Amino acid sequence: MKKFLAALLVISVVLLTVSTSCKQKEEGTVKIGAIFAVTGGASFLGAPEARTVEMVVDEINAAGGINGKQIELIIKDSAANPEKAISFTKQLIEEDKVVAIIGPSTSGETMQIKDLCESYKVPLVAAAAAEAIVDPVAGYVFKTPQKDSYVAKWIFKTMQSMGIKRIGVVAANSGFGNAGKGQLEKYAPDFGIEILIAETYDRAATDLTALLTKLKAQNIDAVVNWSIVPAQSIVPKNMKQLGMDIPLFQSHGFGNIKYVEAAGEAAEGIIFPAGRLLIAEKLPDEHPQKENLMAYKSAYESKFGEDVSTFGGHAYDAIMLIVEAIKKADSLERTDIRDALESISGFPGTGGIFTFSPSDHNGLGMDSLEMLTVKNGQFDFLKGE
Amino acid sequence: MSVEQVLQYIFAGITVGSIYAFVAIGYNIIYNATGIINFAQGEFVMLGGMIAYTFSGLMPLLPAVVLAVLITSAVGSVIESVFIRRMRKTSVLGMIVVTIGISILLREAALYIWDEQIRALRFFTGSEISSVNIFGARISPQVLWILGITTIIVAGLFLFFKFTLTGQAMRACSENLRAAKLCGIRTDSMVNLSFMLSAGIGALGGCVVSPLTQTHYAMGTDLAIKGFIVAILGGLGNAIAAVAAGLLLGLIESFSISILPMAYKDVISIIILLIILVVKPSGIFGSRQASSMKDY
Repeated sequence: MKKFLAALLVISVVLLTVSTSCKQKEEGTVKIGAIFAVTGGASFLGAPEARTVEMVVDEINAAGGINGKQIELIIKDSAANPEKAISFTKQLIEEDKVVAIIGPSTSGETMQIKDLCESYKVPLVAAAAAEAIVDPVAGYVFKTPQKDSYVAKWIFKTMQSMGIKRIGVVAANSGFGNAGKGQLEKYAPDFGIEILIAETYDRAATDLTALLTKLKAQNIDAVVNWSIVPAQSIVPKNMKQLGMDIPLFQSHGFGNIKYVEAAGEAAEGIIFPAGRLLIAEKLPDEHPQKENLMAYKSAYESKFGEDVSTFGGHAYDAIMLIVEAIKKADSLERTDIRDALESISGFPGTGGIFTFSPSDHNGLGMDSLEMLTVKNGQFDFLKGE
Repeated sequence: MSVEQVLQYIFAGITVGSIYAFVAIGYNIIYNATGIINFAQGEFVMLGGMIAYTFSGLMPLLPAVVLAVLITSAVGSVIESVFIRRMRKTSVLGMIVVTIGISILLREAALYIWDEQIRALRFFTGSEISSVNIFGARISPQVLWILGITTIIVAGLFLFFKFTLTGQAMRACSENLRAAKLCGIRTDSMVNLSFMLSAGIGALGGCVVSPLTQTHYAMGTDLAIKGFIVAILGGLGNAIAAVAAGLLLGLIESFSISILPMAYKDVISIIILLIILVVKPSGIFGSRQASSMKDY
């Protein structure tokens, strides 16, 4: 009986594989791969990204697809694990034969597959932030989030205007945190700002009062925290509890209203640079990004019943750029798509206006970011300081 | 270092230590009754915080916390009667693997029921920005809640195990399951009770720490590891020693941050664990004779 059951299992698995692989051989579709951290520690990035991309692809397919062909989207959940990202990349390229890949969600994963995509000559549009993804430039690797260095420069520029000279830096011990800390340390001297103390903490840290006590003992004018959740909401809470009344700056990773909710009243006054998606309603109507931002925001929010985050926006830009490139190239050859991507210019996305060039695979300028703050539990422009 | 700073580090250490202790107490209760290390303990903490957050939108905080504790206890009871009871014949090691499986199950279920977002329960008193000044050191009022509830739980457990018939029966089960059965103790219900108790305590912990640490569906794993270190450090099977060990580890971590970069914090706690395991395998507060009677 057991043997029979085992045999039955094997047969059904084989049949299932055959039937699914038959489905994949459907002619005339455009196969696009996506790797996102839908579950795991970075799921707050990957989940909205995956939802966004699915939504966009459904819309495009309903409207007739690209150049008359339907898009077949293959999403892989890497759970923010670089090893999984590597094997999924190989699988997408070799087995699924995708024309391009979007994602991964985190910088650490993206750095692991950068060379892989380059050697297989598959266009990759990453939704991860670290500058190292496009610096040095790899021919096939692009990214949609704004560069870390812009973020660091915006923070320092704002500090200059506020008369802040000495700061403390805390960053999560992750690819994103370490890259950000590096950028801050690199550009601080240019703006005449002195970093008195720089520390990294475990990315899953639950209480940082001890670390902030150490910072408090230094004579600093402001704190910069560069991390993703949960620390982004813990640092402001812990600072208030310790009675540290100096300004807190955060990275563009703070771009989700949920973090403001999690930090509650402690979030008031946090200053951070971000794309304009978060304040789309407050933009003047003539702003070139407004229409796009509002379209994505209302579609996402009505479909999923949750607030948009800049992360979903990065994935939105990634898929839209690929679609634009395929339309432009009018070809499904990976090299043609790459060339078309590189020649995209003045393309309005949620992160800014993209203009790629052979030396710039991020395509965004300093003006893609806006300094924001939290006022009455809402994001708002930082003005008059 | 000034007095205020020393105090500040002490408070930071105690806060973190109490969180570890909550998890370690749960390990010990189940270990005592069954000899199993339940690696789903961190998930009980997560469930407590998540359920309380959901209910806190519908009702005041106190009933929300009570409901969260009751529901999580029920989950603990179901886990015991569905999985653990049916696998009595499996080796202890096999059972531990089962608990790891359960922890994954609970984590995925939480991801399905809620989502990947972080949540924070509102503060029991005050808000995110209120702080209490104690001799120049400033702490959140929530820290006082954490300390108070830890103390109450420890005292309650001590009295329960020492003086109540049920508590004594549970201890008897841990000494020798068969002998306990021969004495007329209903060992099945005792084991079930131990799961309910540790799930409930974990959930209560999850509720009190949530305003500070926030709750996230995947938070259980890290807590389980730290709680396990603390349980070993104190000597397995001793809930009160676990609290002492938790506070000790919290303080060591906190003061290590004052001297070394914070990146070394976990290295230090692991080194301490290794030293203790080499020098005194039964834990700081464990007795050598007692540990030689145990399976591992």
